[in-house]
Amino acid sequence: MQKMYSETSHLEHVNKKLAPKEETIRFLLDYSKALSVIDYNKLKFEALLN
Amino acid sequence: MKTSTNTDAVLVSAYMKGDESALCELITRHKQRIYSFIYSKVFDRDVSEDIFQDTFIKVIRTLKRGAYNEEGKFLPWVMRIAHNLVIDHFRKNNRMPKFENSGDFNIFSVLSDSSLNAEKSMIKGQVENDVRRLIEELPEDQKEVLVMRMYKDMSFKEISEQTGVSINTALGRMRYALINLRKVIEKHNIILTN
Repeated sequence: MQKMYSETSHLEHVNKKLAPKEETIRFLLDYSKALSVIDYNKLKFEALLN
Repeated sequence: MKTSTNTDAVLVSAYMKGDESALCELITRHKQRIYSFIYSKVFDRDVSEDIFQDTFIKVIRTLKRGAYNEEGKFLPWVMRIAHNLVIDHFRKNNRMPKFENSGDFNIFSVLSDSSLNAEKSMIKGQVENDVRRLIEELPEDQKEVLVMRMYKDMSFKEISEQTGVSINTALGRMRYALINLRKVIEKHNIILTN
């Protein structure tokens, strides 16, 4: 596989306190609430209900 | 939000049984580590945000389908998903490199959208209308030459043939047409710029 070299000149060090935006978290929680998986004869169907 | 001492395994199984708040707690508990891990690889806040979201979408779908085997390794499992998505991101970027705006150079200073926006195209339409109305005011012989030259893109030779005058006369009429147009424009302070 091709090797990837990334620049290390980024001045900004990775801050351990980095966190995703609140809206991303909210989206995920809403997505989780909306998603339901329906079992039917060993088949699984995903339904997104808003 | 109340903090709990539940282990990941307990929260995962509660979530798989339908307890949505367990997911909230799992995300809150691990978001920093996962996000920092992604950011340490991609160095872009927006891309990190996207990969973080995709990671948890995978987690949610797998858990809801009951396809997750709890072996006390929730975080390593999520990290593995994030890692794979980071690799996917670099693969995709290799095929279609993304130009990043860095600091002092902005790509949009050299690239521009040459098509007119709604306002500019309206102004252009109005200017063209005004010019047409001004041309209507010219004497017939001058107007004829100007229209043939500017709107019908004819050469002065063709114009002279069609109007039955010499090329010099046609050139003279064109010149007077332009002089007259300028006069009217200056006299009435008409602004014909976009």
